[in-house]
Amino acid sequence: MNIVVLVKQVPDTATERKLDPADSTVDRAASDGVINELDEYAIEEALLLKEKHGGEVTILSAGPDQATDSIRKALSMGADKAVHLNDAALHGSDALQTAYALAQALGTVEYDLVILGSESTDARTGVVGAALAEYLGLPQLTLANKVDIDGTSVRIQRQTDEGYDVVEATLPAVVSVVEKINEPRYPSFKLIMAAKKKPVAKLGAADAGIDTARVGLANATTEVVDFAAAPPRAAGTVVKDEGNGGVQIADYLAAKKFL
Amino acid sequence: MSTRRRPPAPDPLDFLSVDSSLSPEETDVRDTVRAFCRRELLPDIADWFEAGTIPDPRGLARAVGGLGLFGMHLEGYGCAGTSAVAYGLACRELEAVDSGLRSFVSVQGSLAMAAIHMYGSEEQKTRWLPPMAAGELIGCFGLTEPDSGSDPGSMRTRARRDGPDWVLDGTKTWITNGSIADAAVVWAATDDGVRGFVVPAGTPGFTANVIHRKLSLRASVTSELVLDGVRLPESARLPLAEGLGAPLSCLNEARYGILWGAVGAARACYEAALSYAATREQFGRPIAAFQLTQRKLAEMVVDVNHASLTALHLGRLKDAGACHHNQVSFGKFSNVAAAQRVAAKARSLHGANGITLEYPVLRHMLNLETVATYEGTEEIHMLSVGQAVTGVSAFR
Repeated sequence: MNIVVLVKQVPDTATERKLDPADSTVDRAASDGVINELDEYAIEEALLLKEKHGGEVTILSAGPDQATDSIRKALSMGADKAVHLNDAALHGSDALQTAYALAQALGTVEYDLVILGSESTDARTGVVGAALAEYLGLPQLTLANKVDIDGTSVRIQRQTDEGYDVVEATLPAVVSVVEKINEPRYPSFKLIMAAKKKPVAKLGAADAGIDTARVGLANATTEVVDFAAAPPRAAGTVVKDEGNGGVQIADYLAAKKFL
Repeated sequence: MSTRRRPPAPDPLDFLSVDSSLSPEETDVRDTVRAFCRRELLPDIADWFEAGTIPDPRGLARAVGGLGLFGMHLEGYGCAGTSAVAYGLACRELEAVDSGLRSFVSVQGSLAMAAIHMYGSEEQKTRWLPPMAAGELIGCFGLTEPDSGSDPGSMRTRARRDGPDWVLDGTKTWITNGSIADAAVVWAATDDGVRGFVVPAGTPGFTANVIHRKLSLRASVTSELVLDGVRLPESARLPLAEGLGAPLSCLNEARYGILWGAVGAARACYEAALSYAATREQFGRPIAAFQLTQRKLAEMVVDVNHASLTALHLGRLKDAGACHHNQVSFGKFSNVAAAQRVAAKARSLHGANGITLEYPVLRHMLNLETVATYEGTEEIHMLSVGQAVTGVSAFR
């Protein structure tokens, strides 16, 4: 069972994130890059499947030079090797272009399953998994909170607002995961020490057979027209308990669809 | 025209960019320990301190062992084999949570495991080190006695031969992890000088009693070990340990972790003070706006960064095999003293809030009283440096 996990480096959500005013792309210099949180769940799931079924876990990440830090972290969690797609022509690619580029890069790897986080904390489009499956001509199983593999097929629990659907497909397939699926492990120091010795294939656009006329900011299918800083947080709602405080809180939560 | 960019403003939390010289592996170790501390330890530490114990030391040991923290800078036998700097960073991040937690790790890795690693037989290493590295077994280290602290050569614990066996009698005290340990490395005087023994818990005559009513290092199990006719085979003796130099060399390893740990405690106090000063308002403005507060903060920044630089420099020397124990003495007393200054200022800056467990500052301040005393008091380390620079010993 060879699994590829798609890993994206994103600005740390714990810091103030910024867009570059020059071209409306993410200002990667403004904050530290970390692994997209949901991708850690994807890595963990791949490692659990590998522990059960054997095979290799390969990390695939598209990003600039500093993405090597996130690739190294994924390797120190226990992945076996990595592919780093890095080309200036990819700068500013939107979700569809990224999916195309990743699909091309996947052509250089042998795999039975592709796992990714269901969305990234920076752009939050949540469409890369679906678009990738389309480009690859593979079945897509999205929003998985449980994944089981049975020889030639994969079965997931697809999380819904009410509960879950059970969805099945033949391998190879693309699976996106949600955070309920597992608890990502910490990198161990032994694996941190071993990570630098693991193979990381560096691919440019040409190596992956990517048509550079189809990627990059200038050819993007979507455009960031404008952006503004988030408004300052409004004052909270104070619930005064006059005997019905609990009901008021329940009503408030229900109105926000938390209940 | 030159397009030279101005250097970025200093990071208030790493003012001299000390961490910018870390290798990728060292950064990864730091980040891993930091994330582990933030998620698994920080939420509970005030409760543990208040309760005066670590409620689930076995669970903590397994979690810490799972990361590879125990004996991480040792080679082989299930240890990760990191650099000394990486080990120091782990100590720094742990002690930023609490000195008791760093002690938990130091005692296992730098005292119990290091003693067996340096002085043990192949059979002892194979038996004890892998499960200790994994956190499945807990070790402790017994050198200090009720009447033998700074002068361990005056120890009263005796090991005498009885046929093929050894029989140990005596009392050890201030033993971190003593009553939760599966094995104790115990040092005893013999007719041929000091020797070390690995005493499995449960050996007849061996008991460990918890020391209660501590006002410092409360999130840590501290014990007294009683050896009453403890009979051990020759195979329990550490064959390569001859004389007092053996346990002292282990302490030197532990002190190295302490000089890093103190940086963490200092940084945590400074961070708390910085945050408090920015949000606490008096006379219509944050107290950070007052000159007396800024002076305190500036002095804290200097102490934290000096200590941090000292630790990193000694770590680099140690990785190059060039760190003398007198230099470790320098780092231990100067960094702990710096941390004590920072903690005291941070405590005062928090006003009355600073005396509660809602803020970390008094907890660190109290812990540092222990840290300043154990593994060589400030006085002993000063005398060690004094001896190194004058060539004259003032204490023996």
